[in-house]
Amino acid sequence: MRQVWIFLTFIGWLWSSSAQAILTIEITEGVDGALPIAVLPFSWQGKGAAPEDIAAIIAADLQRSGRFAPLDIKQADEQATSKAAVDFKLWRGRGIDHLLVGKVLPAKQGKYTVQFQLFDAIKGEQLAGYSMSAEDKHLRQLAHRVSDIVFESLLGVPGAFDTKIAYVTATEKNRQRSYQLAVADADGVNEQIILSSKQPLMSPSWSPDGQRLAYVSFENKRPQIFVQTISSGKREMVASNAGLNNAPTWSPDGTRLAMTLSQDGNAEIYVLNLANKRQHRITRHYAIDTEASWAPDGKSLVFTSDRGGRPQLYQIKLDSQGRRQASPKRLSFQGNYNSRAVYSADGERLAFVHGKDGRFTIAVMDLKRGSMLVVADTRLGESPSFAPNGMMVIYAAEKDGKGVLEAVSVEGRARQRLGLQTGDVREPAWSPYLSKR
Amino acid sequence: MNVFKALLVLVFSVTLLTGCPSTPSRDDSNGGRGGGAGAGSEGSGVQGQGADMSGGVSAMSLQDPASTLSKRVIYFDYNSAAISDEGRELIDLHAQYLSAHPESKVVLEGHTDERGSREYNIALGERRAAAVQKIMQLLGVSATQLQAISFGEERPVDPGHMDDAWQANRRVELLYTEHR
Repeated sequence: MRQVWIFLTFIGWLWSSSAQAILTIEITEGVDGALPIAVLPFSWQGKGAAPEDIAAIIAADLQRSGRFAPLDIKQADEQATSKAAVDFKLWRGRGIDHLLVGKVLPAKQGKYTVQFQLFDAIKGEQLAGYSMSAEDKHLRQLAHRVSDIVFESLLGVPGAFDTKIAYVTATEKNRQRSYQLAVADADGVNEQIILSSKQPLMSPSWSPDGQRLAYVSFENKRPQIFVQTISSGKREMVASNAGLNNAPTWSPDGTRLAMTLSQDGNAEIYVLNLANKRQHRITRHYAIDTEASWAPDGKSLVFTSDRGGRPQLYQIKLDSQGRRQASPKRLSFQGNYNSRAVYSADGERLAFVHGKDGRFTIAVMDLKRGSMLVVADTRLGESPSFAPNGMMVIYAAEKDGKGVLEAVSVEGRARQRLGLQTGDVREPAWSPYLSKR
Repeated sequence: MNVFKALLVLVFSVTLLTGCPSTPSRDDSNGGRGGGAGAGSEGSGVQGQGADMSGGVSAMSLQDPASTLSKRVIYFDYNSAAISDEGRELIDLHAQYLSAHPESKVVLEGHTDERGSREYNIALGERRAAAVQKIMQLLGVSATQLQAISFGEERPVDPGHMDDAWQANRRVELLYTEHR
């Protein structure tokens, strides 16, 4: 294979670097049949200590995906920075099919350059090789980007490591509850609080460009919908009707929000045009209609309704203007409680809360086949959200009396937990892809 | 002032005695606010009877912890907004107070247990608050005195994750905002 070095520069997030890593990760279930890979420690070519352990971040990413079984780094204490230095035969003997080697060099203006190569140990060939540079505070992001490249090179599916999650935390101090809306890297590191309130915050939803979040805030003692630009913190109230202003979700083109309003008597789904603020009603039923999710093609909404007596999932077709086109069609038939569905980015699957026999599990439905799989057998699972590559689902659960986030691979094999040291963490929303691909 | 207060207590005690068992079914079938007005006129018609009780019922003030009015939480079954008999009695009591005190305002706060999804629970909490609101209006409470809001599962009174906590959390709270 041709050896290509592509030079990429990272334009970092505008966020402050006052990050606190208060989320901790715990891998709760391992996987059989994951690909063995060796991520060798990246050699540091500068003075003093290395700015970041790039190889450790990459190995942890690959492990969390459930698709890879990285060799324990202590076993691979050799450093190899080029093809010539790699003894492929030795690695083959250790059962390793793929190797990642790299180095970190100091660059101009406080930046660092990271060069890496991914090898097929069987053929002794390079599969990918890149050089990237980033500032100190963006080196973790760069490492996630390397993980994405490794993932795609070996599995043919883009990785989703260089992405973010948004979530809500609730803590209690001196009998005073407080709520935070936070954004962190997909591995739970680099938490940034983007809003704090003494009143509940709910339902964060990413804009398709990954720049804004829509959410519900009770800061004025009643639910209202806001849209906040993440980098600047600038926020706008977009819905403040009488009654509910809840469950916002973006149209795929980012011009509209579907939401739940009860201004006409009870919970119904509406579509709000963000440019002219016009709203039109989608559902008409005396039952509860809420929790809309927009199909990625923009042609339908899936939502929760208890028009049949219990909460179930329904789908309603929309025209090109986002108006209702036909009567809703019921999608869920197993279990007595199915709610809060979200589409995968390819539109082929739904993740949702599936209640059966008193347990609230997280399930994934294949829309083409109509089949359903429980991917996490939780007692109190809620708020599932797909990774943008559709390979994992993050959701909220309860563990030892606390709200925690867990992520599971879509076939339910690999599971990991992200927990807050104090208080509850809930309502995770996985961002779309943020860097250009 | 004292005369006015005494009169209210009088009217109130009478409706307590006479109103509860008879008005609900009639109001439900009326299905409108006219039912409430009827309850009021009925109360004034039998005012005399209450005089005997005025001493005992004069304690029916909002601030008095011994008063039945100090009970301000209506509980619900799982995933239901149906009002129990017990809840109905409490609603009647407060509706009578509110009818007699048009300057009083109450926020009806709907809550749910934590099971299921959060946004569905917000709508369920609203349905519970609306159920209480509807009955109060049927009983003659002015719409301007009532405000319904839902917090869904966001504000549990009991942070536990078992049945007893869930039972305590499925509720509508009556929060008086203006009263003398």
